Amino acid sequence: MRTLAVIGELGRRSVRQTFRRPQLMAPLLIIPTLLLAVQSAGAGRAVDLPGFPPVESFFDFLLAGAMVQAALLAGNSGGIAMAIDIEMGFTDRLLAAPIPRFAIVAGRLAGTAAVGAVIAVWFLVIGVVFGATIEEGIPGALMMIVLVVLAALAFGTLGAALALRTGSASVVQGTFPLVFVILFLSTAFFPADLLLEPAETIARVNPLSFVVTAVRDPVISAWSAGELAAGFAATLLIGAVGIWLCSMALRRRLRMG
Amino acid sequence: MDGRLETDLATIRALVRRSANELIRVPGAAVPGVLAPAIFFLGLTAVFGSLTLLPGFTTDSYASFMIPVSMLQGAGFTGAAMGVNLARDIEFGLFDRFLASPAPRWVLLTGLVVSAAIRSFIPATAVFLIALAVGAHFPGPLGLVIAYLCVMGTATIAACWSAIIALRFKTQSASPLMQTVMLAAVLCTTAYAPQELLTGWLATVAEYNPFTQVVDATRQGFVGGVTWDGTWPALVVIAGLTALLGTLALRGMRRTAY
Repeated sequence: MRTLAVIGELGRRSVRQTFRRPQLMAPLLIIPTLLLAVQSAGAGRAVDLPGFPPVESFFDFLLAGAMVQAALLAGNSGGIAMAIDIEMGFTDRLLAAPIPRFAIVAGRLAGTAAVGAVIAVWFLVIGVVFGATIEEGIPGALMMIVLVVLAALAFGTLGAALALRTGSASVVQGTFPLVFVILFLSTAFFPADLLLEPAETIARVNPLSFVVTAVRDPVISAWSAGELAAGFAATLLIGAVGIWLCSMALRRRLRMG
Repeated sequence: MDGRLETDLATIRALVRRSANELIRVPGAAVPGVLAPAIFFLGLTAVFGSLTLLPGFTTDSYASFMIPVSMLQGAGFTGAAMGVNLARDIEFGLFDRFLASPAPRWVLLTGLVVSAAIRSFIPATAVFLIALAVGAHFPGPLGLVIAYLCVMGTATIAACWSAIIALRFKTQSASPLMQTVMLAAVLCTTAYAPQELLTGWLATVAEYNPFTQVVDATRQGFVGGVTWDGTWPALVVIAGLTALLGTLALRGMRRTAY
């Protein structure tokens, strides 16, 4: 019970920190929203290409990509905030406190998950306001929120692991462009069949593609159990790898003092 | 030469040298400015490359279509970086010392702007070489000169804009505002597709966004022939925006001084 209270308190701190620092919050919402707006109108005629899946509009297709992009950035942003805590000595104080070590990471991740929920709701509202039709209705929208929160959580474990391993905010921030590499090499912005090589081949095995497809499914078509299961499995895989890396990095940090 | 002008030019040279020193001493500082447009170029080309199959697309090479956007994006980031440096100087009190010096305000601003224009060659050249390596068309000597003129002009505009923001907010935390506005200015144009293929709000915005002229002028050598009609609107836009934003930045400097 006490551990949960610690995680809750650290999570609340992490959310407050994100909303108070515009440089942390801005990339999470502004950049994906800007790209969603510009790409949906700039490449809107893409839906006329032979082989493009049947959708109401390119905006509908891109909405899921923007949500997952923001979730990825939330994970990166959480890592930056954690690295700042390490640089400022706050994490050292937490390590000296009588709380379980995993609560330090879990608290940060709880904050990242909360930011993920804000992101999911933000994009759903934008989607509905600008004419996206969620084919699966309210249950579909709720499923999208759950998936985006879990994705933010999973990406947050990777950001936290990098922060714990390097202890440097600038190094974690330096991985920001990598977020876009991973995104471009997935089906976040375009169907795999229409990507140019080698992006097409990589996108077919990129776990992010499965996450995006699962988030997109309730918007553009009827639910598919297979795609939903693949999305959850990919999220779980990313999270499991991240947690393993976090535990290795935390152990190393404790060993080295 | 007039002694006063000579002193002013020497001050501008010193400010440009100071900016160059930063790159010489910390070469890694140039990496993010190169990496972001390069990743965007390669990524967007791989993702949206099939758009060239649409009837009415002006070229069969999306790399050739996209490269000017990435060059201008790099220039925009470079100009914004100069604004971040100015905000850092303000935070650390160094800029107060510059203001207390006998150097006129326009000299301080020109030093900043010239540094940005020169530094914009780095990301533009890096992205240009990457584009050639992945099969973009060579724009010809005249097309290349015009592309680089537009790159320098965009960096100048971005530096003026970022200086206004730095002088207004006096903190490096305002850097997202500097970068995002420049990114939006370049993307809300014919960045992704020719004007005829744009849809929704962007079709209207791109038509009236002055940066569309700059993007189209930079692009002309890569996707076709260079013409005076395709060039002069961009030069007018660059001159006009530099004059407007430069005046506002100077006003910001004067207000900072009192």
